[in-house]
Amino acid sequence: MSYKAKFRVWRGEGGEGKLEDFTVEVNEGEVVLDIIHRLQATQAPDLAVRWNCKAGKCGSCSMEINGKPRLGCMTRMSTFEEDETITVTPMRTFPVIKDLVTDVSFNYDKARQIPSFTPPADVKPGEYRMKQVDVERSQEFRKCIECFMCNNVCHVIRDHDENKPNFAGPRFLMRIAELDMHPYDVADRKDIAQDEHGLGYCNITKCCTEVCPEHIKITDNALIPMKERVVDRRYDPLVWLGNKIFKRSDSKTR
Amino acid sequence: MTQTTAESTARRQRAQLKVRTLRTDRWWLAPAVTFAALAAFLVYGFWAIFDSSYFVEPYIAPFSSPCLTTACPEGARLFGWAPVGDWFPLPPGILILGLPAGFRLTCYYYRKSYYRSFWLSPPACAVGEPHKKYTGETRLPLIIQNVHRYFFYAAILIAAVLSYDAVLAFRNHEGEWGHMGLGTLILVVNAVLIVAYTLSCHSCRHITAGRLNHFSRHPMRYRMWMFVSKLNAKHQQLAWVSMFSVMIADLYVRLVAKTVITDITFF
Ligand code: SF4
Ligand code: SF4
Ligand code: FES
Ligand code: FES
Repeated sequence: MSYKAKFRVWRGEGGEGKLEDFTVEVNEGEVVLDIIHRLQATQAPDLAVRWNCKAGKCGSCSMEINGKPRLGCMTRMSTFEEDETITVTPMRTFPVIKDLVTDVSFNYDKARQIPSFTPPADVKPGEYRMKQVDVERSQEFRKCIECFMCNNVCHVIRDHDENKPNFAGPRFLMRIAELDMHPYDVADRKDIAQDEHGLGYCNITKCCTEVCPEHIKITDNALIPMKERVVDRRYDPLVWLGNKIFKRSDSKTR
Repeated sequence: MTQTTAESTARRQRAQLKVRTLRTDRWWLAPAVTFAALAAFLVYGFWAIFDSSYFVEPYIAPFSSPCLTTACPEGARLFGWAPVGDWFPLPPGILILGLPAGFRLTCYYYRKSYYRSFWLSPPACAVGEPHKKYTGETRLPLIIQNVHRYFFYAAILIAAVLSYDAVLAFRNHEGEWGHMGLGTLILVVNAVLIVAYTLSCHSCRHITAGRLNHFSRHPMRYRMWMFVSKLNAKHQQLAWVSMFSVMIADLYVRLVAKTVITDITFF
């Protein structure tokens, strides 16, 4: 069973471009990325699209389909009406290289700015002993496939480009939370989360969680817990007093 | 999985799409419904707080409990106390209103819902917000949201009081135990939902064990965290049902007190 679908695809180099209309064949069981490939094969050989695994695991094929950030390879054509026009655009928050391919180096820059895993000085590699329950929470965050759709959808930078220097985006605030929860990490993550990576910009409206293809509960399990940890450090006089009286260093050792 | 190719100015630009969103679904529905529901709650709350028929043996309306002034009828006072005395001229409910109101106002879920529906920041995912500048919760006044845990402590007390009120609703007009009416049922259900909502709070989750990095060293706290985490996953739903239950319970008691309706007695 095949039919002709109406597609509108963003074409252009850099930011300049326009939506181009196509009518293209769709067969049963196909996904949006298949159709983009058919356009390449038949009508638009120079159409640029980034992809790799076709299995929702490499995070390359992030695009916006009818305005929603999606993985092209995981969006089934059967979820659309046959007479519906399907609009495909590049991720909106990042600069366009060509057509559907964006320059996502913002994300790599942010990743590099986060101090890496910092074990205590007296523990040597090979001596780490961790209980499963202690690492379970951060294991959820390791499911991330780095598709950057969370950073793309986040209104803090999507609607306000000027916030980019001050905001690492949900992907990397989650990375900070992951390290802060790590039983063997001793670096201070709370102040940098707030001061350098803009945790305070997040207003917990949960769009990152809504688009994550790995269904990571980014807001509930990483961002809000991290906000609470920052409150411990900076905005809660009782915790501050308790730490003074009982000479606790911080939650790090607990 | 990217390769960054030679720099050119055009490549620094995002796609110059001139539309707010390309979404084709009814993305405006959720914020519109949320706006209407929250607005209805505010309007009701405003009316209820100035309404004086908050007590009818053995029920007290949740918005006016605990009742702390001498203006409160004898039976409505918590343990018979009236610690505030008689100087407070306004309806006694106003004294405690700030606590549950502050709890919900600074709740992580309600923040999401009103940031989206009232402030449109953003109205829905991948829909442009109308504001020129955005600083989120980095500075005054929104940085104050960080006091949420203190409202949580207060909310625990309020939840305890409402539970106690629900237990007292098992007495009849003469104060003898063994009564149950529709009002009792409504107050009990409401108390359960309020307690569940309160315990499902993100600050509660943090306090139980969220702040620890070694769950294995604190097995009791870890178990509490597991329990709270289960409730927390339903925090949004609990926020809504408890909001409606408290509104229904409050209205029911006031209507009975005004003798607009008569309480149905089961036994
Ligand atoms: S929850 Fe926070 S980080 Fe996630 S999309 Fe919303 S504002 Fe951005
Ligand atoms: S957290 Fe989810 S949405 Fe964000 S980059 Fe990872 S997989 Fe993609
Ligand atoms: S091609 Fe790898 S996630 Fe789509
Ligand atoms: S009550 Fe909603 S997060 Fe605390």
